[in-house]
Amino acid sequence: MSVEKFYYDNSIVKKFAIVTVMWGVIGMLVGLLAASQLVWPSLNLTSWLGFGRIRPLHTNAVIFAFVGNGIFAGVYYSLQRLLKTRMYSDVLSNINFWGWQLIILSAVVTLPLGITQGKEYAELEWWIDIMIAGIWVVFGWNMFATILKRRVRHLYVAIWFYIATFVTVAVLHIVNSLAIPVGFTNSYSLFAGVQDALVQWWYGHNAVAFFLTTPYLGLMYYFVPKAADRPVYSYRLSIIHFWALIFIYIWAGPHHLLYSALPDWAQSLGVVFSVMLIAPSWGGMLNGLLTLRGAWDRVRDNVVLKFMVVAITAYGMSTFEGPMLSLKFFNTISHFTDWTIAHVHVGGLGWNGMLTFGMMYYLIPKMWNTKIHSIKLANYHFWIATAGILLYVVPLYWAGFVQGFMWQDFNEAGSLEHKVFLDTVTKLRPFYMMRAFGGGLYIIGALVMVYNLIKTAKAGSFLANEEAEAPALVKNAKVHDDGYWHRTIERKPVRMLVLSLIVILIGGLVEIVPTLIIKSNIPTISSVKPYTPLELEGRDVYISEGCYNCHSQLVRPLRFETERYGEYSKAGEFVYDHPFQWGSKRTGPDLAREGEGNPKQHRDDYWHYEHLMNPQQSNPGSIMPPYAHLRDSEVDVEGTKAKMEAMVSLGVPYTAEDLANYKTSMDEQATKHADYIKQNLMNKGFELPDAKYQTLKKSKMIALIAYLQRLGSDIHKLEVPEEETEAQPNDNSLTLK
Amino acid sequence: MSIIFMLTGVSLLLAIGFLGAFLWAIRNGQYEDDYTPSVRMLFEDSKKEKKSNENKNQKQ
Repeated sequence: MSVEKFYYDNSIVKKFAIVTVMWGVIGMLVGLLAASQLVWPSLNLTSWLGFGRIRPLHTNAVIFAFVGNGIFAGVYYSLQRLLKTRMYSDVLSNINFWGWQLIILSAVVTLPLGITQGKEYAELEWWIDIMIAGIWVVFGWNMFATILKRRVRHLYVAIWFYIATFVTVAVLHIVNSLAIPVGFTNSYSLFAGVQDALVQWWYGHNAVAFFLTTPYLGLMYYFVPKAADRPVYSYRLSIIHFWALIFIYIWAGPHHLLYSALPDWAQSLGVVFSVMLIAPSWGGMLNGLLTLRGAWDRVRDNVVLKFMVVAITAYGMSTFEGPMLSLKFFNTISHFTDWTIAHVHVGGLGWNGMLTFGMMYYLIPKMWNTKIHSIKLANYHFWIATAGILLYVVPLYWAGFVQGFMWQDFNEAGSLEHKVFLDTVTKLRPFYMMRAFGGGLYIIGALVMVYNLIKTAKAGSFLANEEAEAPALVKNAKVHDDGYWHRTIERKPVRMLVLSLIVILIGGLVEIVPTLIIKSNIPTISSVKPYTPLELEGRDVYISEGCYNCHSQLVRPLRFETERYGEYSKAGEFVYDHPFQWGSKRTGPDLAREGEGNPKQHRDDYWHYEHLMNPQQSNPGSIMPPYAHLRDSEVDVEGTKAKMEAMVSLGVPYTAEDLANYKTSMDEQATKHADYIKQNLMNKGFELPDAKYQTLKKSKMIALIAYLQRLGSDIHKLEVPEEETEAQPNDNSLTLK
Repeated sequence: MSIIFMLTGVSLLLAIGFLGAFLWAIRNGQYEDDYTPSVRMLFEDSKKEKKSNENKNQKQ
């Protein structure tokens, strides 16, 4: 047996480490801007800096740029060492690196421009989605090929976490991104309404599971034992909790849709699996913490371990909280409030952030062959970041409870105590201020790290190719060649597994998806009709401005919600919504029943016009960004037809006549809304010269108002036809088939 | 709600894939030793460790 000499590729790790820190700081600064906008709405300086566009930029930046690059940095470092081999291909490594940065740059450009698919954490437009899929496959290819040329037969548990990450994220991303493109700046989700919602949260939940959790658990299993210089508490537990985790996680998605129009049994199934998740999650958490049993003195002296201990503790807290939030009792309060935001930041700032910081303090001195420039500064960073997390999440938990309970309050007369939604928003201002302060501290900590790491790197000398030696892997003696061609594939189980999975998935998707999905978009409520061409354009404005980031479109069947907003939302109302726009947070009120005909509330076109022009003037204390720019921006009428045709291919029943006359229809409807606004302006003594009137009529503002006036209005048109009342005597005014 | 069938199908495929991987791991003898790997990963790749690595491989 010969000992082979080889070199670990540190350059690729260096590259990923640098961008991890860089994008981390940028993503967090964007988050700070978004947080500040909720306190000082005047910070919504331009259309592309509006909260609705900045918030997706923040989430995408911290998830895919900060954590994403962190995953690659950690995986490229640990994989080589665990397998005692260099990465399979330096070229693939570099394609992975530059491709991923190109994707991030595309996001940085498109999201502020309002080019979005309008699905949370999956906002990026279709062509970026394709790039993501391609680069992800390159990463997987590189990883599996490295695994195949390994010099250690056993795959350490961290590698299993990496494999699960690769496979699952690939599948989730592809399924959730299925869309019909309309040009480079637009596309419509293949799924509609409640179906789209289910796909989205199947993706959204598992993105948390397989992008923010499993890869970081893998990193934990490598870097914590390394930093502590002692084996993991129980290797057996790590294996058991890994398999349990990946088998359970995938079924928990529906807990994001409790009390929604999703069938009850699906909701309950999601809850059951969510509760079961505590076991494997805490298996990992305890395994991480117990690794330090009897060695807690090392935590006192080792700053890397300090970060990791807080990270693992945060992981434990958020994975306990997650199942709790999936119980309907807690979900009633937490859903749509800042409780959710606090929850995800325990995970994001605590688990992902602190583990990344710890990893950086470990990696940089190692690769530059030196010691941390200043342990003292690193300790400062640790305390600032920990304090920052607390100051961030505690006020937000508080805000969540306050607002959640205010929404539910009924007075003795039986009507809502806080009828004006805005009252529950202005109450939160001090909490939002504290949150921004906490987040600010966290960023200051990160900047201290940047300084410290740069100093560290300057003091050392970077080792691009680290020499190592290991004996070659002896081929398994059991394998014998009997001349059959498929033996070669069978001998490489990992490759076979991946190949067969890809084959099955492609086949299945291509065959099943289009037929199933389009057929099942048949309307279930007879009065629910497709959007008019103008409303369709207005909907695109709604998506592009990111309105869903603050306004939900889902009235839950809870008395305090139906009292405030009107009839609760039905699955059949969303059959033409490509994509669905239920949202997950109510920074502003729900809009599902915003349209005409709602007996609970109605606001006319002119109210919307004034409010969109200057929300603070209509509603003093409002924190909504202004949308005056929509008045001066014209709807591209020529492009509407392509959008309608795309909708037709998704099963929306626009007739040939609709398509032929769409311009007339748009003009008529726009005239109606614009005339109403003009009349009101004149009544108030304002002039509206004809040129300005024409701009207004063609503007995105009018399209948006048309859409808002349509929202949830279809079921009001279903005024209990006689024969149907007889057929369904118990049904309250609805015919649900 | 045919989407449920599709998502269940895709999720099941994933689960079957993972099950296959799990069975492979068991049959391949990946989990016959559930202690040594946790210690082995701690060794640094400096030349001092060469001997201990060799010893381990000779056992196999």
